Amino acid sequence: MIKALEYFVEIIRGSIITARHFVVNIFFHILKVLGIKTKRKGAVTIQYPEEKKELAFRHRSLHRLLKRENGRPRCVACMLCATVCPSECIYVEAAEDPEEPEIQKYPAKFIIDLSRCCFCGFCVEACPEDALRMDTGQIELARYSRQDLIYDLEELTK
Amino acid sequence: MIEILIVLVKIILALVWFLTLTLYLTWVERKESAVIQDRIGANRASILGLRLIGLFQPFADAIKMIFKEDFTPSFSKKFLHNLAPFLSFFFVAITIIAIPFGDVVHLAGRAIKLQIFDANVGLLFVLAMLSLGIYGILISGWSSNNRFTILGGLRGTAQLISYEVAFGLSLIGLIMVYPSLQLSQIVHFQGELIFGFLPKWGILLQPLGFMIFIVAALAETKRVPFDLPEGESEIIGFFTEYSGLKWGLFMMTDFMEIIIISCLVTSLFFGGWQVPWLTADGFHFPWGGSWLMPHWLVIIFQVTAFNLKVFFFCWLQVLIRWTYPRYRYDQLMDLGWKLLIPLSLVNIVGTGIVMSI
Repeated sequence: MIKALEYFVEIIRGSIITARHFVVNIFFHILKVLGIKTKRKGAVTIQYPEEKKELAFRHRSLHRLLKRENGRPRCVACMLCATVCPSECIYVEAAEDPEEPEIQKYPAKFIIDLSRCCFCGFCVEACPEDALRMDTGQIELARYSRQDLIYDLEELTK
Repeated sequence: MIEILIVLVKIILALVWFLTLTLYLTWVERKESAVIQDRIGANRASILGLRLIGLFQPFADAIKMIFKEDFTPSFSKKFLHNLAPFLSFFFVAITIIAIPFGDVVHLAGRAIKLQIFDANVGLLFVLAMLSLGIYGILISGWSSNNRFTILGGLRGTAQLISYEVAFGLSLIGLIMVYPSLQLSQIVHFQGELIFGFLPKWGILLQPLGFMIFIVAALAETKRVPFDLPEGESEIIGFFTEYSGLKWGLFMMTDFMEIIIISCLVTSLFFGGWQVPWLTADGFHFPWGGSWLMPHWLVIIFQVTAFNLKVFFFCWLQVLIRWTYPRYRYDQLMDLGWKLLIPLSLVNIVGTGIVMSI
């Protein structure tokens, strides 16, 4: 009997907690409607397409290939990124660069298939030349066809 | 002739009130659950870019449901399968005719009751119609010819029948206190005062009866603490084989039951359209002051009071639905048969003893 009573008290307490959430949140919603700015908000929701959350400093987004001062890609086509990539979405084709004999190789083709990429960032860590980074801040990568998700050298160096 | 016209107008007004409130109760459910959980809730439905905190959402839902394919499985019993949602809907929708919205209006020499059908067994009528709603559940579960739906239907029937007992017994104490089964009479009795200042509401005279009634009523609405007939996500319920508007009718039945339960709780335990200390000619405060009002203002006060009380209980039921987890089936039966029914019997005996003293 006493246990049943405790149970009953807990039930009442539960509904008081939800009612408290309701009242407090409605209070802040009403303040917002009235145009009064408060530090606390009625809801934790970020209304996405209109307001966007700032990306974290260490976020991983769309890749980009860095360039040297003379405008050539920094990549030396060492294939480390293609090797480490767990989803095998990077394709690099090496070619000799006649203009820069010291560096010898440059990527004739550098293709990332974003429809397969899992954004693990291993390619960035593997790169010895710091040629590849994932800090463009572009995270809205939805496309209507798979073809549009295959990014080549030009799009990546943009 | 004019009598029939008056009744027709009353029926139309009551149905418009009922269905609009049902429509917007879906919006209230979405928004209230969102606010409870620190979210915002559905706010994207718009007309010409006008959003109005999602107030057009019910219309978007209705349009979606109307244009969805109304699929009847080939293995179902067609006639019963089509009949079930309408049965379920009809028996709830018809209960609105017994609910008193306000006192008698005196208009152009006529006395018009703000109630469609003031039967002297109004309370029994409402209870009977709510019980008949079980047929909708049982027939839908059975005619779908699907093991899961028939189990859902059987669960629903067992639950509703066992809670029907406590639901009825909890009101007997109330009927003893207000010696009438006529809802308008019960509301009238609640306008009196005890000790000269407390309104004679059912909650003060029958607190235990109110507790039992509200728990049994929640079980009657088949919503979350007691949603074993449906079990939206885990245990498959009785309207699995329905789609489109027929499924919508089942959902509407749920929301209409909430409103009817709120109307009943208001009429039986919270004074219906009575405002404390408001009589037919205005307020008469127990500390001596009085504020006389014209007849129409009194009626507006009464109808507003009734609506506010109903809204509050709709709000409370949505709050309860978003607070508690579901009962296990044996716990449900334990609560019904081992706690609520003995308690309601104790309530009857206690009421009898107090009344005889």
